Amino acid sequence: MAMHNAWPMKALSIKNLTKVYSNGIKALRGVNFDVEEGDFFALLGPNGAGKTTTIGIITSLVNKTEGEVKVFGHDIDTELMAAKACIGVVPQEINLNMFDKLVNIVVNQAGFYGIPKRKALIRAEECLKQMQLWDRRQDIARNLSGGMKRRLMIARALVHSPRLLILDEPTAGVDIEIRRSMWRFLREINRAGTTIILTTHYLEEAESLCRHVAIVDEGKIIEYDAMDQILRKLKEEIFMLNLREPVDRVPDLGAYQVRLSAPHELEAQITRDQSLNGLFAELSAAGLEVISMRNKANRLEELFFRLTERKNNHESEIRSPGIKSPEIKSPGAIA
Amino acid sequence: MIVRTQIIGFRTIVRKEYSRVIRIWVQTMIPPAITMTLYFVIFGSIIGKRVGQMGGFEYMHYIAPGLIMMSVITNSYGNVVSSFFSAKYNRHLEEMLVAPLPNFYIVLGYVAGGVVRGLLVGGVVTIVAMFFTHLRISSISVTISIVVLTSFVFSLAGLLNAMLAKKFDDIAIIPSFVLAPLTYLGGVFYSISLLPDLAQRASMMNPILYMVNAFRYGMLGISDINIWLAYAIIIVFSVSLFSVCLVLMNRGVGIRH
Ligand SMILES: Nc1ncnc2c1ncn2[C@@H]1O[C@H](COP(=O)(O)OP(=O)(O)OP(=O)(O)O)[C@@H](O)[C@H]1O
Ligand SMILES: [Mg+2]
Repeated sequence: MAMHNAWPMKALSIKNLTKVYSNGIKALRGVNFDVEEGDFFALLGPNGAGKTTTIGIITSLVNKTEGEVKVFGHDIDTELMAAKACIGVVPQEINLNMFDKLVNIVVNQAGFYGIPKRKALIRAEECLKQMQLWDRRQDIARNLSGGMKRRLMIARALVHSPRLLILDEPTAGVDIEIRRSMWRFLREINRAGTTIILTTHYLEEAESLCRHVAIVDEGKIIEYDAMDQILRKLKEEIFMLNLREPVDRVPDLGAYQVRLSAPHELEAQITRDQSLNGLFAELSAAGLEVISMRNKANRLEELFFRLTERKNNHESEIRSPGIKSPEIKSPGAIA
Repeated sequence: MIVRTQIIGFRTIVRKEYSRVIRIWVQTMIPPAITMTLYFVIFGSIIGKRVGQMGGFEYMHYIAPGLIMMSVITNSYGNVVSSFFSAKYNRHLEEMLVAPLPNFYIVLGYVAGGVVRGLLVGGVVTIVAMFFTHLRISSISVTISIVVLTSFVFSLAGLLNAMLAKKFDDIAIIPSFVLAPLTYLGGVFYSISLLPDLAQRASMMNPILYMVNAFRYGMLGISDINIWLAYAIIIVFSVSLFSVCLVLMNRGVGIRH
């Protein structure tokens, strides 16, 4: 587990990273970002942005074209083994030996990291229990459900207690209950000192878990900041207001822009210099009673959408809901 | 310290390979036992009686070392080519690639797995042979060293094939179009002294001939070739194939994009 050094250390430092695949695709065009030790870091971006490529280079599954990568100060060009020893990785695509027993998969992974068998068995038990797979330990990987396979890959990545855990879409296809418990677990090991880098297409997940964010698009970092700073860049938010009585025309609410999306539902846009109090004052003055309210879209999602779709978004500000809803877009299905 | 952890990694690969051979024993151990029994029955008992003597031995006795060697060669090769290729194809090779385990040990681990399978199958075929003929060993050190080294060479060759293969066809082509002809023409069933001059000279180009004859020398004390030359050839192949595999692995050919 990570120790706290006198000087804060960078868990990961990436400079001018480029990648051109053999088919000519420029997957990364000069990526720069750092992850501090102890951070919970989100690496976000649309399909094909270059997230998996970046992770592939960090974990030496992909050869970089140019640039520099350091893991806890170990350059992957000169101290590859030391760098690798710090990392645990959960890949996006399932890469389990389907005919191997769960316990063997985890124990062998420990062995590849140089952990003696006896200790490996103890660690394997701990990790499989944490991922609620211990009672399936004698089963072969093929007999697991999709979500279980993902949990098995997490158990495998944790077996050598890495200082840096990298998760490439760990919650894709995982049910709500397990996802919640996975979040709890990740928060816990992060609090205990493990630095975590997470990619996900569920932006509410990134918003609730991560403290720093980098958004990649077309092989470049287009946003890189603390989560709260990033969210502050959102100039306006849209709220859906549920009315007790239906209305037949858009009421006049002064400076507040509203739209009627259904007889019982108002869509209100609030800019940063306006306030909810002001909106409610106008609503009360108009004699409208609001029984419930929700954000139209997750805030990070809203921002993400604006950043990444800016170039080809000619729609009006108020769009039909759910375009970028993670429930509709299945991550990875198009990749 | 570093080396100790790397040895653990190496041992893990060997153990994993060994348990794979044992787990799928019906595919790994039974077919060579059946094929070799058929060879002994057909060439040894039925046809062999009419052949009479070869190199001063009963024909059955003469071909036994060749058949053992043939199964060692095919199984060492086959083990590594299929295990490594499927690990690459199904991507669980990544488990090793992300770990702090130098490529040297990954290559050595897979090759050791091939040697283990080769020797296990060689042992089974030897037991089969004992039902048909009285085996004896003229030099135990030559017998053991040649079988281990040969198994090493063909495990490396299998690894090379698997690294360069892009699809399943590619791992079937070399064994049937290259390995099988060379083995059958490599003096398993006959002494090259029976061949016309030109064919003899062509046979001398076949490295498998040297391995089979050196092994036969270890068991029966007779050989068509100089066994020191056989050692030299095997060692040159071992070193060069190992280096090629390691270089390809370091470059990530076929395994890293
Ligand atoms: N092995 C490969 N060979 C050639 N091109 C590749 C390879 N892997 C990825 N690419 C290309 O590199 C680009 C970045 O892909 P990458 O997998 O890094 O995206 P991603 O951000 O992880 O996307 P997703 O959210 O869909 O997982 C894409 O254009 C992809 O087609
Ligand atoms: Mg990806």
